[in-house]
Amino acid sequence: MPDQVTIECIVNGKQVRTSIPSGMLLTELLRDVLGLTGTKVACGKGECGACTVLLDDEPVNACLMLAAQVNGHSIVTIEGLASDNEATALQQAFVEEGAIQCGYCTPGMILAAEALLRRKPEPSEEEIREGISGNLCRCTGYTKIIQAVQKAGVLRMRQKA
Amino acid sequence: MPQKRTFNIVGISVPKVDGVSLATGSAQFTDDFELRSMLHARMLRSPHAHARIRKIDTSEAARLPGVHGILTYKNVPRVAHTTAGQGHPEPSPYDTFLFDRKVRYVGDAVAAVAADTLQIANQALQLIQVDYEILDPVFDPHQALQKDAPIIHDEPDAYAPLPVIYEPQRNLAAHVDMEIGDVEAGFHQADVLLDNQYSTHYGAHAALETHIVITYLDEQNRLVIRTSTQVPFHVRRIVARVLQQPVSRIRVVKPRIGGAFGGKQEIILEAISGALTLLTRRPVKLQLTREEEFMCTRTRHPQHIRLKSGVKKDGSLTALDLSILMNAGAYGPHALTVVCNSGSKTLPLYRCPNVRFEGNTAYTNLPIGGAYRGYGATQAFFAMGVQMDEMAHAIGMDPPTFHKRNHIRAGEGSPVFQALGEGKKGVEMKLNTCGLDACIDQGARAISWHTKRRRRDKGVRRRGVGMVCLMQGSAIPEIDMAAATITMNDDGSFILLAGATDLGTGSDTVLAQIAAEILSVTTDQIVVHSSDTDFTPFDVGAYASSTTYLSGNAVKHAAEQVRQQILRVASEMLNTEPSMLMLRKGTVMHQKTTTRRVSLADVAHYSLYQKNQFHISATASQHTHISPPPFAAHFAEVEVDTETGEIRVLEYVAAVDCGTAINPALAEGQTEGAIVNGISFALIEEFHFDARGRMLNPNFNYYSIFSARDVPPIKAILVPTHEPTGPFGAKSIAEISINGPLPAISNAVYHAVGIRLRHAPFTPQHVLDALRNQGRQKKL
Repeated sequence: MPDQVTIECIVNGKQVRTSIPSGMLLTELLRDVLGLTGTKVACGKGECGACTVLLDDEPVNACLMLAAQVNGHSIVTIEGLASDNEATALQQAFVEEGAIQCGYCTPGMILAAEALLRRKPEPSEEEIREGISGNLCRCTGYTKIIQAVQKAGVLRMRQKA
Repeated sequence: MPQKRTFNIVGISVPKVDGVSLATGSAQFTDDFELRSMLHARMLRSPHAHARIRKIDTSEAARLPGVHGILTYKNVPRVAHTTAGQGHPEPSPYDTFLFDRKVRYVGDAVAAVAADTLQIANQALQLIQVDYEILDPVFDPHQALQKDAPIIHDEPDAYAPLPVIYEPQRNLAAHVDMEIGDVEAGFHQADVLLDNQYSTHYGAHAALETHIVITYLDEQNRLVIRTSTQVPFHVRRIVARVLQQPVSRIRVVKPRIGGAFGGKQEIILEAISGALTLLTRRPVKLQLTREEEFMCTRTRHPQHIRLKSGVKKDGSLTALDLSILMNAGAYGPHALTVVCNSGSKTLPLYRCPNVRFEGNTAYTNLPIGGAYRGYGATQAFFAMGVQMDEMAHAIGMDPPTFHKRNHIRAGEGSPVFQALGEGKKGVEMKLNTCGLDACIDQGARAISWHTKRRRRDKGVRRRGVGMVCLMQGSAIPEIDMAAATITMNDDGSFILLAGATDLGTGSDTVLAQIAAEILSVTTDQIVVHSSDTDFTPFDVGAYASSTTYLSGNAVKHAAEQVRQQILRVASEMLNTEPSMLMLRKGTVMHQKTTTRRVSLADVAHYSLYQKNQFHISATASQHTHISPPPFAAHFAEVEVDTETGEIRVLEYVAAVDCGTAINPALAEGQTEGAIVNGISFALIEEFHFDARGRMLNPNFNYYSIFSARDVPPIKAILVPTHEPTGPFGAKSIAEISINGPLPAISNAVYHAVGIRLRHAPFTPQHVLDALRNQGRQKKL
């Protein structure tokens, strides 16, 4: 039997305390234990960014992390970005700009963009390209994704003002 | 010019109907679904490129606690079939068995295990003992057709279900040829003759979601297959045959799909998972790793192309002779039809009286080719596009002028349409629309062709512009078929049940828009369900650029019938003739006295609960006699670093005639995505094999695809035409633009530095070699 460990963390603003096998991946904790299937796995090796979640506001590849490593930390997944099931300005911008085709990369892409906008509220196009360069998309050609992030940045600045 | 038509919802970029669910993570893909007591399956794969299984012993693996079922060739039915999800009978050879005594490439299926956990399944794989008799492999398609080559499909029970040329005893997976006019006479009339060889390479679809299937038994012990597929109805038919079950005992459900690009027009996992469920009577999940996705699914077929062409000084083409040797890899799904399309989707673009085409497909012990967006046109347009540029150059004509002089026009047909079909003769077709002149003009303007073309750089980094013209089709004529059902709810909203398969392309949205336009409602009043073989009507699936054109027409006709029913009920309610009524924004009103009106909710309530009750609903089917081509002109500006050999695409413009764009943002998205896939394939994507045929780079680290950092500015221009046979004038758009980057970039590189790149991919090494060759030739 694998060793069990007990972890405590905050996932999408809620306190989580659970006993898990020590070898469990963060993606497995999120998807299989907590039922947060919005986090996608596409390579399992940290090469594509589909599993991106925010760990204390920083984007990480959840497929490369052990669940035990998030003990004492805070995680935000795509399900936790919106409150009361209302899509955020960033999510809405992805929908309106046509930045989503199959949508499999979208949760990770949106969280990478979210981290960028938190760090850099008015990113240049180059900074957006760089900020999402760890997230692969095979459908869109990225053009409309970049537009969506730009649009969301402007909207968020306006909301703050 | 077509007259301007005004629509309410068609032609507007409404957000995708599944957009919010995808953006918030609530959308359900195959894996986002859990069943009690589900088993996890893994496959044992061949380490050898060509071998016979002398002995396979699974007893130790079977004893491992937590293992519930193991499949090998010993305990599955031996049914020759093709994994190609095509119409029936398929034009692909039946050369595949669920498991076989022989393995034909590194990664071929040897066994499958279902266990309580993935870890146990993986452990069990290690315990399966296989004794292989290693056979000589063959990796080169030319060598494969030689007399002394190892025979890859020596099994006696492989066959082609259609009367096509299929000679596995000499590794010939497919052959096609045709001649129109007299090609040799055409060459004699030419002022300039060109004869060149080209080659294209293996490419991976690289959909973000790998192939995955979940199978289980429902309460009536029917096999349910929840799968990431482009072809649910073909899955049902092929799995039924392979597992020797009646079609009525199988249901295929398509959830959200995480990208496909042709890779999921293929029945790779469904029958294996289904067999495990039938064996264990438990739900089974089988998902490929990224490594398996690269090695063991399907690829873009590599081609060796020879193109001989003749042109007169005035720019008229006298003869085209295209011959192709295609590498099928170890099995032959799409082996005939992809190479057919290399001819049928490229040769009709140009008016030329003498045309010859020959395609041969050879088996090798390498990964398997299959359907991939562009479907043979991608490879052949590389050769055609470069050679057109070279012919224009040879006679001193500007390429846009040369293309305009030679391309097919509305009102014209091509004998090639008739000569080349899919496993049978093609169909006669005259074009209703061709917006290519406008595409060429608008694209040239957008990239400042005439200014940039005059530029001649001398330094280390040199810029150039190149262009290419393209066509594709819209569905497969006389073969494809689609159907849709629309029903009305109590509140006046509608359910659209479409056999069509949304892969992420946005077809659910496009189809909802078509229904909404006819029914005069907004798309939020249309609930779309696509592809569940128990509940939606039939559709061949999402391939051959067919959904908007074919399924769109099915939806339109179903909506028109529903509309008639609504008007009939309303006429009863308003005591007038149906012809006096019209639908406007959720109400039915009298054309003259618009105060005489009823809401759609009233109509629905009346028809369901009040009088002469019936359910307002209709099903319509659509097939097609023609396949109206979309057209495109692509322009690339590149910068070539003559010291490093690196090519950078600085700007890319694609002007596309897809008829009416039902949803312009989605049409642009299809174009942009196809272009970036195409540029990435042209410049950096490559399979590397070791001497024994094993792929060395089955991951995104070493098989790179473009990221946001790599993409140039892309401009997609939609050039409207009105295709009278399409829904609201629409043609297709999904595939065409992936065909542009190889030739457009090659032509731009020629303009920049004077070298012709005829072998893809255009890696820095390849460019440096070509530059060095050029230097050597200049000295000579």
